[in-house]
Amino acid sequence: MDTNYYNKTGETKSQRAQITTARVFSYIFLGLVTVLALFPILILVINTTRDRFALQGTFSLIPGTSFGENMSHTIYGDNDPNSLFNTTQVPILRGMLNSLIVAGSSCLLTTYFSAMTAYGIHVYDFKGKKFAFNFILIIMMIPTQVSSVGFVSLVENMKLMNTYAPLIIPAIAAPAVFFYMKQYLESSFPLEVVEAARVDGCNEFRTFNMIALPMMKPAIAVQLIFAFVASWNNFFTPSLILRTEDDLKTVPILIQKLSSSVLSGGADWGQVYMTIFLSIIPVVIIYFFVSKNIVEGVALGAVKG
Amino acid sequence: MNKKHKSISYAKWGYIFIIPFFVVYIIFSLIPTLSTFYYSFFNKGFDPVSFEEYEKFVGFDNYVKLLSFEGGTNRFFSYFGNTMIMWVLGAVPQLLFSLLLAVIFTSARLRIKGQRFFKTVIYMPNLIMAASYALLFIGLFSDVGPINVLIKAISGDTFRFLADPWGARGVIAFVNFIMWFGNTTILLMAGIMGIDQSLFEAAQIDGASGMQVFTKITLPLLMPILVYVAITSLIGGLQMFDVPQIMRVSDTPTQDTTTMIMWLNNLITGASRQYGMGGAMSVLIFAVTGGLSFLVFKTMVTSPDKVKSKKKAK
Repeated sequence: MDTNYYNKTGETKSQRAQITTARVFSYIFLGLVTVLALFPILILVINTTRDRFALQGTFSLIPGTSFGENMSHTIYGDNDPNSLFNTTQVPILRGMLNSLIVAGSSCLLTTYFSAMTAYGIHVYDFKGKKFAFNFILIIMMIPTQVSSVGFVSLVENMKLMNTYAPLIIPAIAAPAVFFYMKQYLESSFPLEVVEAARVDGCNEFRTFNMIALPMMKPAIAVQLIFAFVASWNNFFTPSLILRTEDDLKTVPILIQKLSSSVLSGGADWGQVYMTIFLSIIPVVIIYFFVSKNIVEGVALGAVKG
Repeated sequence: MNKKHKSISYAKWGYIFIIPFFVVYIIFSLIPTLSTFYYSFFNKGFDPVSFEEYEKFVGFDNYVKLLSFEGGTNRFFSYFGNTMIMWVLGAVPQLLFSLLLAVIFTSARLRIKGQRFFKTVIYMPNLIMAASYALLFIGLFSDVGPINVLIKAISGDTFRFLADPWGARGVIAFVNFIMWFGNTTILLMAGIMGIDQSLFEAAQIDGASGMQVFTKITLPLLMPILVYVAITSLIGGLQMFDVPQIMRVSDTPTQDTTTMIMWLNNLITGASRQYGMGGAMSVLIFAVTGGLSFLVFKTMVTSPDKVKSKKKAK
C-alpha cells in the first residue's frame, strides 16, 4: 500500500500546523548555518578588493577597487620605502607551483598504487593475503604524527631533507585509499572480467592497466580529488621537511611565515587577505565542479575521520 | 571456467601487485615508527653550541621526565589539557549542530528543499586549507578586524581575542567547529538513512511526535555511528596542529593554546632536536590513540548489522 496515503490523510489540522512551524524554524536554522559556513569566505573575497588602509579598523560588505593593487603588493611587494607598511613580497605563485608539483604527484601515486594493491588482494589468491589485508586495516588507524621522529631522522640519514621526495613517495602506501578501492572492487568488479581477459591472452599487468583501471574510474576520480586536496593542505609534514630552502616552500609553510609577521604587528592586511585567497582558490574551484561526487564520497566514508 | 585456471597459478601476481605498497610502507612508516619507539629510550639530540650529536641509553628516563611534575607544573599534561579543552569546545557544539542538521535533512515530514545546496555549502570549509583558514580568522578576530569593529561600535572598547587564553582557545575551537560540522552532518545523515524506514512509518501511523521519534528510534539506532563519529573526532582532536600552530599567540605569556603535536613538532625542528624526548612523547600519543582506535574497532565489530545498514545508506 502506498505509504503516502497515511502521510496525507493521517495528519490532523493541528499536526499540519506543527509541521509548518517546524519547517519554518528548520529553514531559519539552515540559513544561519549557511551564513556560518560562507560568511568568512565572503568577507575574505570582499577584503581582497578593499584598500589596505581601509582594512585597518573599518569593516564593510561593499567591495572596494584595490584588488589589483593588493595583488601587486602580494606578488611584487610595494617597492615604496616611505610606505607605512613597507610590504615585502610573498612568493605565493612559486609556492602554489611547488604545492601543485607535490600534490599533483602525490595524488597520482596514491590512487594508482592503492588501486593496484586493492586489485592484487581482490583478484588473486595467495598465501598471506588475509594477513596483508588485516595488516593494512590495522595500520589505517595509526596517525602519521607518531612516527615523525623516526621519519625525520630517516630522511636526514637518506640526505633527503629539503627535497620533495619524502613528501611524495610515501603517498604510495595510503591505507585508507586502499580500503576505499577494495570496497569499490568488491561492489563492482566481477572476477569474470579477469578470466575473460586471460582467455583473450591479455597479461595480468595489462589487464589491470587497460581493463580494471578504466572500470574503477568513479572511485579513482573521488580519491584523486581527496588526495590532491589533502596534500595541498598538508602543513605538518612539510613543516618537518622543508626548513631551509625558501624556493621549495609549499603554500602552508608560506602561510605560517606570513602569520608570524602578522602576529608581530603592522600587517598589510590587503596582502594577507590576498595570499589567503590565492592559497584556497584552487581547491574552491575544484570543489565548485565536483562537489556532488565529493559529498557522496564523504557519505561513503571516503575520508578518514 | 573456475576449474580451468587452477592449472596455472597466478599467485605470484598477487605479490607483485601488493609489493610497492608494502615496500614503501615498511621504509617510510614501519621503520620510522619502530625507530621512534627505540629513540624514546635514549637521550638523543643535537648540541647547537658544540655542533655535536649525542645519543645515550637512558632507559625510561624520558618517560619519567615527561610524566613527572617539576615545581608543580608538567608540560605534557598541560599541553594534553589544552588539546582536550579545545577539542571539547569545538566537538560538543559540532555534534549537536550536526545531529540537528542530519535530523532536519532526513525528516520525511519536513521535506526540506535545496538539500544539495545546503550540504555542498556546509561541507566546503572542510576542504579549505586549515592553515589559511586559521590566518583568515586571525584577520577576522584581530584588533583591527571586523569582529572588533563591531565590538568597538557596541562597547567602545576592543577585545583582544588572541591575547586572551580563553579567547584564543575559543577562536581555535570555533575554527575547528566550522571546518568539521559539515563532514559530521553527512556521516550522521548516512547513518540515519541506514535505519529501517518502516520504523519511522510505523511510528508515524501510531501518532508518535517528532520528539518521540527522535528519542525512541533515531537516537538509539544511531548510537553506534554517533560513538564512531565522536571517537574518530577525538582521535583527530588529539592530533590538533594546523590551526593552533598558525594562531600561536605571541603575546600570551603562558602557552595556553599549545597542543601535544605542536610540542612534538617543536622538539623535532628545534635547534637541539630532542629526538629522545620526542620519541617518548610519540609513544604516549600512540598509546592513547591506539586505545581509542580499539574502542572504535569494538563498537564497529559488536554491531555489524548497523554498520552494514550504514553502507547500504548511500
